[in-house]
Amino acid sequence: MDIKRQFKEGLVTQNPVLVQLLGMCSTMAITTVFFNGVGMGLSVLVILTCSNIVISALRKVIPDSIRIACFVVVIATFVTIVDLMLQAFVPALAESLGVFIPLIVVNCIILGRAEAFCYKNGVAASAVDGVFQGIGYTWVLVVMCLVREFLGNGTILGGLSFLNDGEGIRILPEGVGALGISLPVGGFLVLACLIAFMQWALSRNEGKKTETEEVAK
Amino acid sequence: MDLTSLFSIALGAILINNFIFAQFLGCCPFLGVSKKVDTAIGMGLAVTFVMGLASAVCWVVNEYLLVNPAIFGEEGPNLAFMQTIAFILVIAALVQFVEMFLKKSVPSLYQALGIYLPLITTNCAVLGVVLLNVQNDYNFIESVVYGVTGGLGFLLAIFLFASVRERLDATMECPKSFEGFPIALVTAGLLALSFMGFSGLSVF
Repeated sequence: MDIKRQFKEGLVTQNPVLVQLLGMCSTMAITTVFFNGVGMGLSVLVILTCSNIVISALRKVIPDSIRIACFVVVIATFVTIVDLMLQAFVPALAESLGVFIPLIVVNCIILGRAEAFCYKNGVAASAVDGVFQGIGYTWVLVVMCLVREFLGNGTILGGLSFLNDGEGIRILPEGVGALGISLPVGGFLVLACLIAFMQWALSRNEGKKTETEEVAK
Repeated sequence: MDLTSLFSIALGAILINNFIFAQFLGCCPFLGVSKKVDTAIGMGLAVTFVMGLASAVCWVVNEYLLVNPAIFGEEGPNLAFMQTIAFILVIAALVQFVEMFLKKSVPSLYQALGIYLPLITTNCAVLGVVLLNVQNDYNFIESVVYGVTGGLGFLLAIFLFASVRERLDATMECPKSFEGFPIALVTAGLLALSFMGFSGLSVF
């Protein structure tokens, strides 16, 4: 078990969103205010870690032919738990994330990790993998939120109820922000720029053409 | 329930609240299977079919097995908290069925869709439409209309996107770091911008 390598893979070189290109829907859909991104990221982190642990613990019991169905049931269980917890304790967040909380069931990141990692590795390694991949997902969401909220609305850290009633801290005067960035268009464009930046950074880091091609795939 | 409300549901699902461009549901297959127009249309049709079927079956499951299960008598327990699990299992079974059907009757499409066919299970558009049906309190007919037209909206989006992308890949030069996926996202973003024009359509 190589924690340092897993850490680097989850956050940068195998980042679930920017490199593996998984879980795009939620990444683009809910990243309009800061609190949404944090809430969604942490929910996925918790669900990913729990389902990783359970799936890797059960990996010798689950028959190969129906493994996907088994994974989905495990994941759906944890999603339901988190969904009900959010509705009970953070209703405002549950309200603004809406249908995207139950949709974590079909978030490719979780199923992808179950298939690619947990089905082949032990419980401890899978738990670590879940935490780091979850952090990798969360930081991308938070960056997307900060960029889109600042450019689109002129505020930062919105959605936190103790800051200006969830209005966030206003940096630009009202009406200056490019509204398009907080609309769906902005989701596509900001994510495109982030992935492009990641491809540039990775290729510069490696200094090899082969790497760029692999990432581009 | 009258035809006007059904029409406004259909119009909303296809244009105004398009599943891809306004609600971000189903982005993975949208970005993954859009390199060729033929495959894109096949995928769109398969998704439309599954979405319609899933809406119908899940409505029945929700109404008669979850919300007030008749099998437990008059005062049955409310099992609505099981919705996510129940729906995803129904969808997985339906996709399996579609896969077997395509393998037998349209093998060429089955080959072309490849890995993406079983992945319809994890297409957020399918689970999304089912959950939205419940959230919006649609009745059976409204659910099916919403499912089918939502699928048609997906088909329209993936068809437009694939047509643009086919030409872009052949002709365009772009900065190295934008090659591949990022430029596809920019294309999708511009399409989403044009779809925003439909938001002005008033729904009556």
